[in-house]
Amino acid sequence: MNNVFKLFLPAAAAALLAACSDTGDGPESGAEPAQQPVVTVYSSRKEHLIKPLFDRYSEDTGVEVRYITDAAGPLLARLQAEGETTPADMLMTVDAGNLWQASQQGALQPVESAALDASIPQHLRAADNTWVSLSVRARTIVYSTERVDPQQLSTYEELAGDQWQGRLCLRTSKKVYNQSLVATMINTLGEARTEEIVSGWVDNLATAPYPNDTTTMEAIVAGQCDVAIVNTYYFGRLKKQQPELPLALFWPNQGDRGVHINVSGAGITRHAKQPQEAIKLLEWLAGPQAQGKFAELNKEYPANPAIDPSAEVASWGEFKADDINVEAAGRLQAAAVKLMDRANYR
Amino acid sequence: MSAAPPRAAILARLGPARWHAPAWLMAALVLLPVTVIALSWTNAQTEIWQHLIETQLGRLLKNTLVLMLGVGIGTVVLGVSLAWFTATCEFPGRRWFDWALMLPLAIPTYVVAFVALGLLGFSGPLQTQWRQWFGAGAWFPDIRSAGGVILVMTLVLYPYVYMLARSAFVAQGRGLMDASRLLGAGPLASFFRVALPMARPAIVAGTALALMESLADFGAVAIFNYDTFTTAIYKSWFGFFNLQAAAQLASLLLLFVALALYAEQRARGSGRIHQQAQRNREAYRLRGWRALLVSVYCGCVVLLAFVVPLLQLLWWVVEQRAAGFDARYAALIGHTFTLAGLAALITVVMAVLVAFGQRLLGRRRSALSVRLAGLGYALPGSVLAVGILLAFAFIDRQLINPLRDVFGLAPTQWLVGSLGALVLAYVIRFFSVAMGPVQSGLERIKPNFQEAAQTLGASQLRVLRRIYLPLLTPGLLTAMLLVLVDVMKEMPATLLLRPFGWDTLAVRVYEMTSEGEWQRAALPALTLVLLSIPPVIIMVRKSRRR
Repeated sequence: MNNVFKLFLPAAAAALLAACSDTGDGPESGAEPAQQPVVTVYSSRKEHLIKPLFDRYSEDTGVEVRYITDAAGPLLARLQAEGETTPADMLMTVDAGNLWQASQQGALQPVESAALDASIPQHLRAADNTWVSLSVRARTIVYSTERVDPQQLSTYEELAGDQWQGRLCLRTSKKVYNQSLVATMINTLGEARTEEIVSGWVDNLATAPYPNDTTTMEAIVAGQCDVAIVNTYYFGRLKKQQPELPLALFWPNQGDRGVHINVSGAGITRHAKQPQEAIKLLEWLAGPQAQGKFAELNKEYPANPAIDPSAEVASWGEFKADDINVEAAGRLQAAAVKLMDRANYR
Repeated sequence: MSAAPPRAAILARLGPARWHAPAWLMAALVLLPVTVIALSWTNAQTEIWQHLIETQLGRLLKNTLVLMLGVGIGTVVLGVSLAWFTATCEFPGRRWFDWALMLPLAIPTYVVAFVALGLLGFSGPLQTQWRQWFGAGAWFPDIRSAGGVILVMTLVLYPYVYMLARSAFVAQGRGLMDASRLLGAGPLASFFRVALPMARPAIVAGTALALMESLADFGAVAIFNYDTFTTAIYKSWFGFFNLQAAAQLASLLLLFVALALYAEQRARGSGRIHQQAQRNREAYRLRGWRALLVSVYCGCVVLLAFVVPLLQLLWWVVEQRAAGFDARYAALIGHTFTLAGLAALITVVMAVLVAFGQRLLGRRRSALSVRLAGLGYALPGSVLAVGILLAFAFIDRQLINPLRDVFGLAPTQWLVGSLGALVLAYVIRFFSVAMGPVQSGLERIKPNFQEAAQTLGASQLRVLRRIYLPLLTPGLLTAMLLVLVDVMKEMPATLLLRPFGWDTLAVRVYEMTSEGEWQRAALPALTLVLLSIPPVIIMVRKSRRR
């Protein structure tokens, strides 16, 4: 009995391992060069925002694009756990903080590409070329056109002033967009000044922070508060559903650093199996064929300055954007979270 | 033919000890991610701990305790009372409420949370109308409070208690209740001193599930911005990018749950309650205002916990004109059912083997392994998913790939990203969901059936098949259904471990809700709810009292 087992077990194991490697992919497929290349993407950008572009890319080039979607944290953990055997060639995510973190943990590899350098401005790229931005969103002030005269508005800082006592609504500090906003404020204004401002915001709150930008804006419409800070595309979505809503965007800090912007972007993974194909895809996404559509799908601004935003997005007006390198958001994210905790911003 | 006798002989030689195997196998599976999570303590994260303790840990603990207390009381009161009425009384609509009261299980928590906020929040229709009637400053209870979260969680989670208590009450029959009444106890006293203690294992198992779920929940508390201990876990991970600190916090949560479960078992003592298969199952016929009251009560619960959220989902789907519906829905539904069915089957089989082994070996001798096997449900889904991922990746790297190397095969991902890994993850997470109903069902069966069968020469497997399984049917069906619906709704492990192309309805729901597009999430969520209805009805049909 025992001997039978000793003979049988390795044979069975070998058969099993071989069988499973058929469904596996990546390393072995290199042996058959004639095969159609497949680029694999881990994306925290949602399927309906990326699939149309990947479909078009496949149509144009014959290269298949596979993807898995999840939140940035778990995807990064998966990438790290998989190490050398990862099937992922590209990591795509929203928020500069997440991109910086992926790069910091060594999950991405630097890419030298003249095409990317030409497409995407320097402050929207990693200093070490591990990732590039693909779209830009502004986090700006939204106000009630019924109860606020835009003349009263000027800067993010000024929302901490007494005139906004009980009139401000905010989204929770747990959202990375607010963490990035505060992180860049720390970078520009220093930690002490930023903490003063955030505490002032908290004092001015009309109600406890809301879970997302949309409910925050609905609170303004219902009269619970008069101003809030939101991402532009949430405003666009709400306005598209209900164009008559008495809400408008205001571009703050036009006299100094400009409106806070954040990005979505992508980088090539350190252990990519198809790095060349993945770089081609990245260049295509940053180029003129894809940039307009990539931004338009989520009502964002193209990261490539040669491409105009959609008519709808352009109708919100032009503004001066803060051109601090978005990496600051990642570097200072932990400091921002702690600061907001100290200021009791929940 | 020739292989059978030696195998049987080996098994026989092992004796009852072989019944340790299922429990230890399950315990080993659950220990994989738990070990990964516990290993986080090898590296102290003093900075984050100090920050948490200084700024918010006290408030988070208080919030968590309030939530547990509220949800505990709420689910027990709601679940037990409803179960008693539908299992033992007769009133208008009972046959219908019998299964309708389970349906809220199919509604994802975030939907109820979002609907409650949408209807009762400041900008919702109720408060808007209220302000028009009584002026802008009129007082209105704030739904975004501890009370609001407790209300929502109770409505979503009471079915766990309801289902388990219901099968306990159905199995009880009314023999002992009649005896108690004959001895002069009133109906209320009989209920509290006879029926309730007999159903205690079931009620505790259901409440434990509800409490573990509310402890690990992140969806509803995030919508209400109600910070609990889980908030600290997610903040450490996503705010500080410190997975280690997150794992340390999660392991504390786990320890707390383990201790609580242990304390309950100690408190229950060694007394066992068994009962005869009951012949007298005649229902208490309620009449007049009592019947009306019970019907209205049941109706209100179904209305609030199921009909209103369902109508909201329907409204959103209509509003969006079913946008996003395409040919891929067939595949989504297929994947959802395949994964959930497979996971439910394996989990319940494991639960039966473990519970049966526990019975044969006696509680003491199998206590540790069984307790370990049930811990998967106590962790927040994302943390458990990452723990499983890390453990599987480790197995791939240290075990599979060296083995492949021996046979000249290139390294690959054998476990991570495979269908088997995902199903294993479900089994690890939902084992205790299946264990509760199976165990409490088993505890009600008298051991002398088994003794009789064994005296007559039946093997243990035969006893299991011929005696236990038929008597266990309501418990088994409850277990199947709970796991099935839970897997269908499960997000973190599905997202992280699914093979390419294996998107499910829950994945689609996540895609929409993660960026706040609740309306667009309505279509996959509604599909999920509708898919859960047939299994619920089948389950109730099969376990209905005759």
